[in-house]
Amino acid sequence: MRARRFIAIIILSLVASAPLAADEREEAKNQVQFGIRVAQLGLWREALTHWERAVKLDPTYAAAYNNLAIGYEQQGDFEKARGAYEKALELNPNNTYIKQNYELFKEINDRTNKQDGH
Amino acid sequence: MAACTSYYEIPIETPIRAKLDVGAFQRVLVAGFLAGGTDDVDGNLETTRLLRSQLRTKSELRVIDADVLPLMDVAAEGRKADAGAPLPNPIKDDKDLDQYEHVFADAEYWKKIGEEYQQPLIVTGTVMFTPQARSQLQQREQEVFDTLGRRRTVAERRLVERKGFGLSGRFIFIDGRTGATLHSQTFIEQVLYDANRQTPALSSYFELMDKLIPNFLATLSSQKVKGTRILLN
Repeated sequence: MRARRFIAIIILSLVASAPLAADEREEAKNQVQFGIRVAQLGLWREALTHWERAVKLDPTYAAAYNNLAIGYEQQGDFEKARGAYEKALELNPNNTYIKQNYELFKEINDRTNKQDGH
Repeated sequence: MAACTSYYEIPIETPIRAKLDVGAFQRVLVAGFLAGGTDDVDGNLETTRLLRSQLRTKSELRVIDADVLPLMDVAAEGRKADAGAPLPNPIKDDKDLDQYEHVFADAEYWKKIGEEYQQPLIVTGTVMFTPQARSQLQQREQEVFDTLGRRRTVAERRLVERKGFGLSGRFIFIDGRTGATLHSQTFIEQVLYDANRQTPALSSYFELMDKLIPNFLATLSSQKVKGTRILLN
């Protein structure tokens, strides 16, 4: 009897949490989409806020990390951009677009870090 | 996560911070260069003129118009005062150039120059512009016909002579208030053409300087690199 009750609780909690996770994913997607729209208007800071929210809601969302990296790059925050690109590639290593973005970023970053003798 | 990912190409402008904080200076003096390698181009004069004109249009610092310093003479005089051996003139190679380099470490001299021009940021350095010649392996497709007249192509490799110029040296940034070196930036570039192509030395010099200018400017002022990236959803 006790075991049955325990199983019932488990099932109930799984059923209850599934829509919540789905809601969060959906909300993350909305945040990403909205971020894209404002970035296209040149409102990069605003876009960053939405993409940051998206990765908090869904930390497995590679596209959100990719966009976040681009946003950081546009702001000149290379450390954060590198971290976000690496996370995006960790989540989706075969995505050509992310790889291409990262390569372009590295080219600029390497140029910036080129240390000349002093 | 997303099964059908959409993508959006977007232009971005990546800001690159200046390597050197020049906030303390309002003015810049491109003083002159130790130059050598070939007589075809006056590396001191041309480099000074070019950097001044670039800084005038692409930097917020006010560029001081002044006579170009004859740095070779300055270094030679310093050596004479120390009763050292005379310096090689003209400067033909890096070995000759090394003997002049002490002039950059003479903080008193640079401080004096700084005082003369109200303590600006001073840009100086070395420029070696030297003719280069090299044999390079080149591969090309060659058409051949066999005894039956059938055509086929074979790869043919051959050594070709290439001629051009090399540009190497250092940009040195000196604090006109103290005479101390703030930053130095080495460079080396080369351009080679077919041996039968006649390219004037001066145009090769500008071709090579064109490659160095962005890095030089990035030392003094923030730059924006334009590009495109792909946003995903």
